[in-house]
Amino acid sequence: MSITIDSKIPAGPVSEKWTNYKAHQKLVNPANKRKLDIIVVGTGLAGASAASTLAEMGFNILNFCIQDSPRRAHSIAAQGGINAAKNYQNDGDSIYRLFYDTVKGGDYRAREANVYRLAEVSNNIIDQCVAQGVPFAREYGGLLANRSFGGAQVSRTFYAKGQTGQQLLLGAYSSLNRQIKAGKVKSYNRYELHDIVMVDGRARGIIAKNLVTGKFERFAAHAVVLATGGYGNTYFLSTNAMACNCSAAIAAYRQGAYFANPSYVQIHPTCIPVHGDKQSKLTLMSESLRNDGRIWVPKDIEDAKKLQKGEIKGSDIPEERRDYYLERRYPAFGNLVPRDVASRAAKERCDKGFGVNNTGLAVFLDFSEAINRLGIDVVRQRYGNLFDMYEEITDVNPGKLANEINGVKYYNPMMIFPAIHYTMGGLWVDYELQTSVKGLFAIGECNFSDHGANRLGASALMQGLADGYFVLPYTIQNYLSDQITVPRFDINSKEFVDAQKKCEDAQHALMNIKGKRSVDSLHKELGHIMWEYVGMGRTKEGLEVALQKLKEIRKEFETNLFVPGTEEGMNVELDKAFRLKDFIVMGELIAFDALNRNESCGGHFREEYQTEEGEAKRDDENFFYVGCWNYQGDDNKAPELIKEPLEYEAIKVQTRNYKS
Amino acid sequence: MATENIMRVNLKVWRQAGPKEKGAFVTYENVETTPDTSFLETLDILNETLVEKGEEPIVFDHDCREGICGMCSLYINGHPHGPATGATTCQLYMRRFKNGETITVEPWRSAAFPVIKDLMVNRNAYDQIQQAGGYVSFNCGGAQDANAIPISKEIADEAMDSATCIGCGACAAACKNGSAMLFVSAKVSQLALLPQGKVEAAARAKAMVAKMDELGFGNCTNTGACAAECPKNISLSNIARLNREFLCAKFKD
Repeated sequence: MSITIDSKIPAGPVSEKWTNYKAHQKLVNPANKRKLDIIVVGTGLAGASAASTLAEMGFNILNFCIQDSPRRAHSIAAQGGINAAKNYQNDGDSIYRLFYDTVKGGDYRAREANVYRLAEVSNNIIDQCVAQGVPFAREYGGLLANRSFGGAQVSRTFYAKGQTGQQLLLGAYSSLNRQIKAGKVKSYNRYELHDIVMVDGRARGIIAKNLVTGKFERFAAHAVVLATGGYGNTYFLSTNAMACNCSAAIAAYRQGAYFANPSYVQIHPTCIPVHGDKQSKLTLMSESLRNDGRIWVPKDIEDAKKLQKGEIKGSDIPEERRDYYLERRYPAFGNLVPRDVASRAAKERCDKGFGVNNTGLAVFLDFSEAINRLGIDVVRQRYGNLFDMYEEITDVNPGKLANEINGVKYYNPMMIFPAIHYTMGGLWVDYELQTSVKGLFAIGECNFSDHGANRLGASALMQGLADGYFVLPYTIQNYLSDQITVPRFDINSKEFVDAQKKCEDAQHALMNIKGKRSVDSLHKELGHIMWEYVGMGRTKEGLEVALQKLKEIRKEFETNLFVPGTEEGMNVELDKAFRLKDFIVMGELIAFDALNRNESCGGHFREEYQTEEGEAKRDDENFFYVGCWNYQGDDNKAPELIKEPLEYEAIKVQTRNYKS
Repeated sequence: MATENIMRVNLKVWRQAGPKEKGAFVTYENVETTPDTSFLETLDILNETLVEKGEEPIVFDHDCREGICGMCSLYINGHPHGPATGATTCQLYMRRFKNGETITVEPWRSAAFPVIKDLMVNRNAYDQIQQAGGYVSFNCGGAQDANAIPISKEIADEAMDSATCIGCGACAAACKNGSAMLFVSAKVSQLALLPQGKVEAAARAKAMVAKMDELGFGNCTNTGACAAECPKNISLSNIARLNREFLCAKFKD
């Protein structure tokens, strides 16, 4: 039986779809909203904004977070900014241009209608956040300031120092707090989702573990919303926070929600290079640094070798012996090319032997030109906190004068290297952000919808808040409007009791393996396989090796895992073991999708499919679709591929060009 | 430049099985690490060896490991977030310590932050204070254009400095009275400085202070330990502004 996918894209020209949708969708009246409960899992930008907005509308919300407070969700770590098509800078920006840049930046693999809607509501987000008291950066005249980000030729990024994610999240958290106080949101902290409870084919609740007591608890609602982030930690080392995991998404996948485009993983070009095997995570240096920083490696391989041996420093190499390879290869966008392009270009230079640190896996990000042009004070005003952070981690101060050659002053450069940062793939959702499971919605990084094969900088915050403040609160009503007569579900019903039993059985199984390997040692091994074979450059052979090795990892996990402690009370190793089990499933999904997609696009680069100049080579004839993976009832069975064809009407699909 | 020199430290760590159990220090000797390894990664290394021996790892709060989520805590050698100033525990690197040093690691010690397990404490009180009034009463959807209210750069920057608070709890943990004034004042200041938040400024100050008192935080006696230990350098001037807003509220009563 072949499954067809209905993405529910409204009729009409792309610029009128959202307006038409809202004009004709079904709504729930205020008296009925009070009768309806919604579970929102996650309190990041998407989760907190959705929970607070739905509560403001009158729904009853149960809101869960894995940390000790909703304010700690990983959205808080986003540094650079948030895009919006305000055109306050009068530089030619518009909703259409933001839409176009996002589709192009995503290498023509996003859904047009969703992206247009995202661009449309982007302006409302800025208004909303300012009204909440988010202290965005301002000009001396008192109006909002903007900066530039990769993949755009306009300045449309709003920011709050290097802490934009923090400020936007605290804004959403403040609205959430107001609703908690009003009694419309019940907040559950230190809880983790373990399963989604299905009743008559619809998502009607969740089983969540109280991480403090160690007990599984049952929660019922009329709809379930997942806002649980991405799956970057499959790679062990990433810029994600330590608790970020994909278990909620995988629980949904096991219940029949399609997983879309898992191979689209974003590797961020400006992270601090790996320093040793004890490292727990990678630290991002904001992309905003590329506004003034210039990326280079030596022109001369001998210079690179000396750098690798530690015989010379970056500042010993004068201007004429430096290869600013992004400016050389992409004159029009220079250091501001999209992330996937910048990351691959760094890998290309390092693969050729031009890496600049002891591992050969680093390039320079240099502020000498900016400091000489603007003065250290101006540069520090823009990036001071990032310079300090870099110094704290590496013991090198990037703003410090290091050398003078022929009258030119050279400052310590930063060293950077690409790292796993964001996942464009995620749970498949239709235009209403509903997954293929009725009553189960996915928002923010957790879904797949808006970034295609590559996300532009400052667009993650935009999408999370768009989904939570302005899209889901409308679209979920179209689902709930015929649920108003459905009474509240009894958590003592068979479906709920069975679901809890299943979680407890899974927990006994993990405790009873009683092998020798710790969770982290297996997770690191998984990460190595993923980075080596399913990372920045993928091949058919490599992916087949990866799938074989992932099978072996699962076997090792199932037979040789050791979890200390007991099932009573808090057991952090046990919690990590559950997550790792799902990371292995996730790793396979990424590899299956990467193996199927015989083309290169955005964050997915297959070495067999590249132009003579080493650029990604798409195959629109055969791969102009969303790859949706359907679970086959068993982690050991290969998932089935279902295709959602992409249809573009407003934008002409062409080769991405950042050269001219 | 990065160095991979091995260094060894002794970690004297507070272990406590649960909120009602009796805790004690346990010293773990010769934990091997490097100067470029972070303090939390050194705890990871120790935990990995504990797990290998079949023991339960040390429980501590941590998440982003980039100094922004506010999840990590720890009293290290008598200082909240350790010896570095203006940095959280997760941004603390071992080069700050000497080879062979014994490092004492304790949870936050504050009546309002009870221990959950080992080094992990319950900071729910901070959420409750925010819920009492740390917001602008405004529903999504009705905002005017973002540039309709100009705000001077100085004011916006000052509000931003206050808004930088990460809610980690170091201020209350550092205070001999266990006062949360720095935390409360940072939010009150941020919103009182901005036109959007001015309308409710007095009511907000009153509600948040009342909640703080109710939850058992102590009084502020202006010793300044909070600001000295704050990993985000939140200034004492916020407390002055809070006092002003609070007095205004009292006069209105």
